[in-house]
This record gives sequence, structure tokens and C-alpha cells, in this order.
Amino acid sequence: MSSPNPKKERDSSLLMLQQELTKQLDYNELMNCMRCGFCQPSCPTYQETGIEAASPRGRIALMKAVADGVMEPNESFRQQINLCLGCRACEPVCPSDVKYGQLLEQTKSVLFEQPFHSAKTKKMSGQRETAPGPGYSSKSDRPPNMKRLHKLVKPAFKSHHRMLSLSALLEKYQRSGLQRYAAKKKLLRFLPEHFQTLERILPQADSQGVVKRVKASLLPAKGERIGTVGMFRGCIMDVLFTETNVNTVNLLRESGYDVVIPEAQGCCGALFSHSGDLKTARQFARRNIQAFAEAKVDYIASNAGGCGAMLIEYDHLLKDDALWKPQAEHFSQQIKDISELLLRSERWNSLKSVGAGPDDQEFISQERPDHTPQDTVTYQDSCHLRNVMKAGRGPRQLLHLLPDLNYVELEGAEGCCGSAGIYNLMQPKMANDILDHKMDKVNETGASIILTSNPGCLLQMKIGVEREQAQDRLRVMHVVDYFAEKVEKVMK
Amino acid sequence: MLDSEVRQSLLQWLGQERFREDQETLVTHSYDATPMLQSLPDAVVYPETTAEVQSILRLANEHHIPIVPRGAASNLCGGTVPVQGGIVVAISRMNKLLELDTDNLTATVQPGLNTRKFHQEVERRGLFYPPDPSSMVISTLGGNIMEGAGGLRGLKYGTTKDYVIGLEAVLPSGEIIRTGGKLYKDVAGYDLTKLLVGSEGTLALITEATLKLLPAPGVRQTMLVAFADIYGAARSVSRIVGARIIPATLEIMDQATICVVEDYNHIGLPTDVQAILLIEQDGQEPEQVKREMTDIKNICASEGATEIRMAQDEAEAEQLMMARRSALSTLARISPTTILEDATVPRSAIADMILAINRIAEKYRVNICTFGHAGDGNLHPTCTTDARNEEEIHRVEEAFAEIFEEAISMGGTITGEHGVGTVKAPYLEWKVGTAGISVMKGIKQVFDPNGIMNPGKIFAKPSRKRLVISK
Repeated sequence: MSSPNPKKERDSSLLMLQQELTKQLDYNELMNCMRCGFCQPSCPTYQETGIEAASPRGRIALMKAVADGVMEPNESFRQQINLCLGCRACEPVCPSDVKYGQLLEQTKSVLFEQPFHSAKTKKMSGQRETAPGPGYSSKSDRPPNMKRLHKLVKPAFKSHHRMLSLSALLEKYQRSGLQRYAAKKKLLRFLPEHFQTLERILPQADSQGVVKRVKASLLPAKGERIGTVGMFRGCIMDVLFTETNVNTVNLLRESGYDVVIPEAQGCCGALFSHSGDLKTARQFARRNIQAFAEAKVDYIASNAGGCGAMLIEYDHLLKDDALWKPQAEHFSQQIKDISELLLRSERWNSLKSVGAGPDDQEFISQERPDHTPQDTVTYQDSCHLRNVMKAGRGPRQLLHLLPDLNYVELEGAEGCCGSAGIYNLMQPKMANDILDHKMDKVNETGASIILTSNPGCLLQMKIGVEREQAQDRLRVMHVVDYFAEKVEKVMK
Repeated sequence: MLDSEVRQSLLQWLGQERFREDQETLVTHSYDATPMLQSLPDAVVYPETTAEVQSILRLANEHHIPIVPRGAASNLCGGTVPVQGGIVVAISRMNKLLELDTDNLTATVQPGLNTRKFHQEVERRGLFYPPDPSSMVISTLGGNIMEGAGGLRGLKYGTTKDYVIGLEAVLPSGEIIRTGGKLYKDVAGYDLTKLLVGSEGTLALITEATLKLLPAPGVRQTMLVAFADIYGAARSVSRIVGARIIPATLEIMDQATICVVEDYNHIGLPTDVQAILLIEQDGQEPEQVKREMTDIKNICASEGATEIRMAQDEAEAEQLMMARRSALSTLARISPTTILEDATVPRSAIADMILAINRIAEKYRVNICTFGHAGDGNLHPTCTTDARNEEEIHRVEEAFAEIFEEAISMGGTITGEHGVGTVKAPYLEWKVGTAGISVMKGIKQVFDPNGIMNPGKIFAKPSRKRLVISK
């Protein structure tokens, strides 16, 4: 070693990081893990790698080792934390009820606030770099500096107006023929492959947003009124899945809810929180709490599992904020998934009897009298809807209200699809491995339609279909859109 | 730290991916499900073939390096904690179901195969592999064999040892021994198969096992019975078996457990009773199962059962079993540290044993809830405590020592299905005596003259000091 300085620098930087982690990690929660390992069958990254460190039990052991000062929070620690999807499938199966999501969040927030770059000093340290699993990351494809990235994208998420303007650009690109031109000339080939795929499967952007589309931000219930619902429109959701938002509003009104879409609401903050930027997430949380408090609603409807899970945990996010805590708790209690709200209404109970044909098994999957062959549908869980909102049964129950539905349960539907927010962009290899295994199971169902209840999952399943080259036999839809489409047919 | 010659050899044979000595890997192979026990290995290897296992063991033997075989590290006796460092041999990549022989009703498996996956595979063919340790969602068959794992179905069907009929194992010298075979009868010399089952990785490393299978039972019925008097429950257990009925499952929960489970889960359990029995019978003929369940019901009623709930369907059966299955998880939720033991007594002594446990818990001012497999006398006194409270942990240890002593005095044992490991090593002599220990040590010496196989387990002796994280 020619100069001791880099090593010293590295040591002090690591030491600071270690001290901060020791401070921020909830030691009681770390102690709560009894290392039984029951989390491992539910963990997608453990199932893919078979590596202990890539499992919840392993990651908690690593966090505890860091907090105990037994291990440095080195680059491989960071990689292992980043390899976690944050799907939280480990929480419902944990006998000790360890709040893994909170431990992950605490770790990520420290890593976000104190990015430590070991690239320059690694050679000096003499430590061998090991990837979290075969081929899962290497020196060359280290995740980008999240702090810088956040600075870049935050303005768009901060203002819904800006989000709409940005989507207008995308809309122009998609509609003007430029996208087709780019595809023909392979102009995007310099992008990583997973970005290219994403560009191809992105839905048509709509720069109007739901409020413009339904032409009001306050819409009265149809029929007997059963409550007032504030609609959480989301940010990405409102420009890439505007139709889903429109259908959500219509179905809520049909169910008997007055619908309010507060203009002052904004992004839920999930993308920021999941990468450790709790400061921004808290800012966004306060804004949303304020917006919906002013709207005076009974419930707040979310049609995206990822957003809903973020919103429902605002009470936890703001637990140390004495001023906002009570409001945050009230807000969290109001959050409901769209399926649950629709199921509360009696409006849909008669669907089966209105349905055109008999419910007998023998008629299923035969040609209907109206000549529309039946769809075989399957459903991929939204991890956060299931594991955090604990509302994974809702979409299934809702679907089963539909007459002559040919529903096939997807084996392993409860396992993450690999989308996990922007995980598929940050960890493409793992995300694709998980997705390909998922698609094998989808193919076993024989479904022609895959339903989801979260935009991230929906896009990921579309990527799956694209990877399988199965666009002509497999459609991916949001549960809300499918339900709306079927209801419309039945009601006619 | 391994010396460079050893490291070079392992690296050359296994490559960087399957030979690891980075901190992350060492930390995540320093524990199992045993509370308050952690110790770092020097390296972790992931062999894929028997030949690789041979090379690894031979090398370790030459250099006197400890070898710690590891399945899923879900055991509760410290069996896979490398308390003297050395090389952890993770068998997770040798996880194939090699053969399902429906003519001989046997399965041949690699040790890393997951127990539940194996169950599913076997059941798909209408066959049945009874051993069902609670950890089977993650445990491996190799781990089950090494620890001699039991489970809920032990009373009627026996435990792992009753289903292993053949083994391929690598000795520390690198030599391979094959024991048994697809044979239900085999008296050719000492029964090395049974010797290796439950040997806790201290004799050899298993690379292949032949398991006996049964035809799957077609029918199953479940009931829950509450008793105001724990002796009523205990007498019922003895009388059921006395009436020539062997239930598939016969579980007991004491009042302390019932209260905690009900408090947390609200499933409608009576909390004013001293014990609950959960009884399940299976079989091929619906009529016989029904008749036996009626007989069991009558016995329980005549012994003063205050409540009898017979499950009407599969869903209700599942709900009743939930009460028992959620016992451990509920206890785990109410305290940071949960210490689960498995003192076992003859069936006829369970009531006395449970009351003795309660008395001992009171004496040492610790909280112990007891549940377990009443049918085979295998109890799980479970202590809810906090590893950070040194003074209390000391009392917990004293209490368990007295519980083990009590169990032995009733003709029982210190461990029914978890194994000795490091946790119960200090008490083994109480059970098997000095002569027993020296016979066992003699056997160990023949298999493993250099003492490299999972050192520090089974036999209590002062061991080399290492970094042991006590938290």
C-alpha cells in the first residue's frame, strides 16, 4: 500500500455509516427475529439464489452484525440490501411478526443519506468483492447515486402539473410517429435492453389526467348514496393509466359513493421512501394528508397497491412528528383499496343473476350464445396490496362477482413479479429471472388475460408477455378495467 | 482464517462462487434457529457432487479443520453453528429427488432437498412420507436425518429414523460408506443407517438417502377437547391408546399456552381450562376413522371433558389445528427471545411433567408455557424471555436444567426430537451415564479420529475459544 490515506478515508467513512446505522436501526426489532427461517420460502431473491444472505433472515443478520459492530457496512452489504425487492412477503409468514419493512426502510434511509463510494478504494482494502448471487451484480453495474437521481426527478413528482406536461411530451412522441420511426431505425439501441423493452410496452400517455377526463373534481353518487370517497389519483397512474382512473371514478359512483378528487394531492412518495429518501416522502405525505382532510371524505380510494401501501403507512412515516401524527393516523385508517370499497356496495350483488347465462360448470369455456368466447383470466397479486394493505383477497372476491368467469388461480401469485417499484430498472438480471419463472406459471394457467392491481406489476407483466413474444395470446389488464368492461357488457 | 494452501485448493475445485470467505457469507452462516448462539466460520463451501464432498473432507481432515454440515439451519440445538470455526458445508445445491420407486415404495434423495417439497412430490403420487417437523417449510431432508427430526405424526407413524433405510455418507477420510438399501429387512452387521440418523453431523456427511414411503391415507378427522383438569386430559391420552387406538396426531396445550394463544388470536378457545387436546385420526376407511373418533370422544367425555368440538369439514379442521400451530408463533410475538425445549417423558407421565414444569417456572420466576405431542410424551416447555436480561437468562437456564432432571427422573429424556448439539451437551451424561458417553465417544473416534466433524456438539468439553457473539 503506497499511501495510507485512501484506506483511512474509507475507514472513517465506513465508521460513520456504521454509527448511523447503529443509531437508526430499531434494535428491538432486530432482536425479534428468532432466525427460524420461515421467511425463506416466501422470499423471491432467496428462491432465485439459494443464498442465505439474500434472504430476510440473512439480511436481518447482516443488519444486526453491522449494528453490533461485527461487520462493516461495506459494498456487499449495500448490494445485498439493494437486491431486496421490498415486496414484504416475509412479513405475513413471520412467526415473530418482525417488521422487516421498517428495518429495510431504516437501513435504506441511512444508505441514502450517506452514500459511500468504495470504488476508488476497493483495491487498497484487499477485500474480495463478492456478488450477492451468481451474476447478480458486479463492479461495473453498481446502482447509480440515488441522491442525484432523486434531485433530477423530484420536480416532476412534486407537481402534478409538471407530471402532466411531461406526459404530454411522451404522448407526442408516441402519437406523432416518432416512436415508430425510432423503432424502425433502432435509435434507442444505445439504451440498456431493459429500458428499451420498457419503452416498447409503455401504454399510451394521456396528458389530460382523470379530472379533465371526467370534467369535474366532485361527482355525485348514482343511486343510493353510501358515503363519500376521496380518489387518490396517483402521479404515474394518472398519466399512463388515465383510463383506469376514469373507470375507478365511474365504478365508485355506481357503487353509491360521492367522489371527490382533491386537486392539491400529489405523488404518494413510495418511490422516494423505498430508496431511503424519507425526507421527501414525509413532505409528500403531509401534502396529501392536508389535501384529503380539506376534502372531508369518509374513505380514500387507492387503485394502485404500491401507492395504497405507502399511504396506509403514513402513520408510521410520521410517527415522530407530534404535529402531524394524529392526522396521519386518521388518514391511514381512511385508506382502502378500490376492490374493498366496491365490495362494500350492494350494487354488484345482482351481477350474477343479470348475467346472460347459467352458471353451470359444463357451460364454462364453451361458446356463449352471444358468440363471445369466454376469457380465461388469472390474477397476479400486488405484493404491497397483499402484504402491507392486507387486502389481497379483495380483487379475487370482486372478480368472482362477475357472471360466467373462467378464473384460474396462478400458482405462486403471492410472489413478487420482479417489478417492485423501479427495481426492474435497477436490478434487471434478478427482476428478469423472477419474471421468467412467473411467466412459466402464467402459461400453465392457460389464461388469455393477466389481471393485476398495481401499475408497476401491470407493466412488469407486459414486459413478461413481450419477453415471451406472446402479445397475440395474452393481454394484461388492471382488475378495475376488466371489471368495468365486464360490468358494462352485463348491464347493457 | 484458513491457511493459503487450503484456500487455494478449495478455490480451484469450487471456484469463487462456491467457495466463500467474505464477511457477509460468514455472518450469515454463523447461526441457526437456536437463540443466543452465534459463531463465525472461516469459510463456506457449496459442493454439488459426492466427489466434491470427498475432496473437501479429505482436505479438512489432513489439516484438522472443523467441518460443519449445514442444511437449512433451522435446528434448535445449535447443531449447525460453527462454534469452533472451520468450514461450513452448505448442502443446499445437492437438492435433487433422484428417484421415486413405486414398486419398492422408496424414494432416493439428495440431502439438500426441502422436506415440504418432498412431501408435495410424494403426495402427488398418492404416497406418504410421515415425518413432519414444524420447520419442514424450510428444513432439508439431510438436516432432518442428521437431527433425527420428529413431528406431529410421531405417535402413529414414528419419526425420521423409522423411514431412513439406506444412506450414502462420506467419512472424514474421504471414503464413502453405503448402508442399508431398498430393503425392509437387513441385518448384515451393525445397523449403521440408524447410527448415522441423529448423529448431528459428528460422524460423516450424508450425500444420499433412501427413504421408505407409505400409501397416503385417504380420510382425516379432527377434534378439539378441553379439560378443566389436566389429569383428565392425561388420563384420556393413556386410555385412548389403551383402547388400541393410535391417533395420527394427539397434541396438548397447557393453560398458560391457551391463554396466550387466545389473547392474541381470538379464536374462541376456553381460557378457564387446564388443558386442550387436539386429536386427529386418519386412515383408508371413512367408517373406521369415524368409529375411532367416536370412541375417542366417549373416552374424553367420561374423563370430564368440558368441551368437545368435532370439525365438520376440512376448513374447520384447519381452524382447530391453527390453535396448536400458532402456539409457537404467538409465544414468539410476546417476547424478544423464545427458548423452545423438548423434554420428553413416557406418555403416562405427561400430566405430572407439565405440572412439574409449572412448579419449576414459578420457583425460578420465569414464564414457561407448555405444549407438545402428548401422544408420544414429547413436550415443548417454551420460555418467553429477553436475551439482554442476563440475570433472567441465568434463571431460565437453571429452570431448564431442573426440567431436564425432572424428565429423566420420570424415565424420560433431555431431548425428544431437537437433538443435543451444544445446547444440551452439558446434560447428556445425565441421560446416558458415563459408560454411555464413553461408548459414544469411542464410536466417534472410529469414524472421525481427528475430531473434525461438527466439533463441540453432543459431547461437552472445554473447547477452543473463538469469537462467539453472545447476543
